[in-house]
Amino acid sequence: MKRVVITGAGTINALGKDVPTTLEAMREGRCGIGDLEFRDVERLSIRIGGQVKSYDPEAAFTRQQLALYDRFTQFTLIAARQAIAQSGIEFGDALSLSAGVILGNSGGGMTTLDENYRTVYEDGKNRVHPFVVPKLMNNAAASHVSMAWGLHGPSYTVSTACASSNHAMAQAFQMVRCGQSPVMLTGGSESMLCFGGVKAWEGLRVMSKDGCRPFSANRNGMVQGEGAGVFVFEEHEHARARGAEILAEIVGTAMTSDASDIVMPSKEGAARTIAGALRDARLNHEDVGYINAHGTGTAANDKTECAAVADVFGRHADKLMISSTKSMHGHLIGGTGAVELLACIMALRDGIIAPTINYDEPDPECALDVVPNEAREAHVEVALSNAFAFGGLNAVLALRRAE
Amino acid sequence: MSIPDRVIAIIADQAMLEPSDVTLDSSLEDLGVDSLGLVESIFAIEEAFDITVPFNANEPSVGDFDISTVGAIAASVQRLVAEQS
Repeated sequence: MKRVVITGAGTINALGKDVPTTLEAMREGRCGIGDLEFRDVERLSIRIGGQVKSYDPEAAFTRQQLALYDRFTQFTLIAARQAIAQSGIEFGDALSLSAGVILGNSGGGMTTLDENYRTVYEDGKNRVHPFVVPKLMNNAAASHVSMAWGLHGPSYTVSTACASSNHAMAQAFQMVRCGQSPVMLTGGSESMLCFGGVKAWEGLRVMSKDGCRPFSANRNGMVQGEGAGVFVFEEHEHARARGAEILAEIVGTAMTSDASDIVMPSKEGAARTIAGALRDARLNHEDVGYINAHGTGTAANDKTECAAVADVFGRHADKLMISSTKSMHGHLIGGTGAVELLACIMALRDGIIAPTINYDEPDPECALDVVPNEAREAHVEVALSNAFAFGGLNAVLALRRAE
Repeated sequence: MSIPDRVIAIIADQAMLEPSDVTLDSSLEDLGVDSLGLVESIFAIEEAFDITVPFNANEPSVGDFDISTVGAIAASVQRLVAEQS
């Protein structure tokens, strides 16, 4: 089996429009969550989110491109461009035939859907823009990345709600590991912050009106974010041969299904996934220094996740650090694992652990070191990234510090 | 139909029981209504009475909407109808 490393990373999210800015915000424990700004927001009871602000699509793309790019596709292309630039990878003839794109996404072009439903239902028009379908389809972002860089290998979108990006990256990892392609672009994106998108979430009654406070006793729900994270996953020898900088190594993954409830998380499912990733990576429990938690800030997730970590790690659970960066960038649903992988890279490469901000009160059911409110310096050899989705679909990635 | 009777009908429908099997001192747990069933019941109550129920599944016991029994829910609905009419 081949070794798999990350040689490029890109992002745009509420904390920043590139990786350095995002990591700086995480280091400083800055909150990217604020008042939502879009049409009809006054008709919502949930009016906060991790929205990408001061963003001008017209400065980033041409009018012709924007006719085809929903916001989630725009975010993906911006992040992919950064990741490829950092990696320095060039897709020559042979590589372009094997390299592909696997991205996570849950809602597809929600803004496009929302705008065009308004056109036909609210405005009573009988005509919509001809590109509504290619703009809103979930695979649009993966397709546009493959077209922009001429990648002809396996390319598709994985949709597993809040675990989409982790499933996508797990798949890309396995493809590189088994030798199917030396390079894969992977990650994910989401943009559901529009009236219809938030209205639907409101109905479930799991959203917070005032902030995302993972693991804190006074947490009262999740806060949604938007954006993208894209990475270049590359076979180790391939990266070394061209002298690429290695950000971190991916060493294992596990994917499972709870097969029990459509919204409630399962401790057993989460524990089985974490343990599976360790086994796949041939790691000992003591190797793990940091876990980027799923940490949604809901009552159910946070206590279930902490119990799962305690079950898997036993006494080592009290020694490792676990934080939820959703407290800062919000929950990017299908894109969340991708942005959160950046916190793992920061822990491994820079020795800085992103904090769980808005932590006010300890919760005895979340009695782990959640790195409250302030980033911490620590040497970490191995990090995990958790994602436990609605529908009971789980995916955990294990990363190791580059040598 | 009175407000308590309408609340009983909504919850009975959710619990797949006859309204006569639901009493004001039944708890949702007794009736086999889980967390999703509760969220659906609250939606049905909001639609039926044209009110907004302040309910967050993360903190079901916080706020003024008491969900401990069917009777408590009916009393909360009665109050919200009076407040929001």
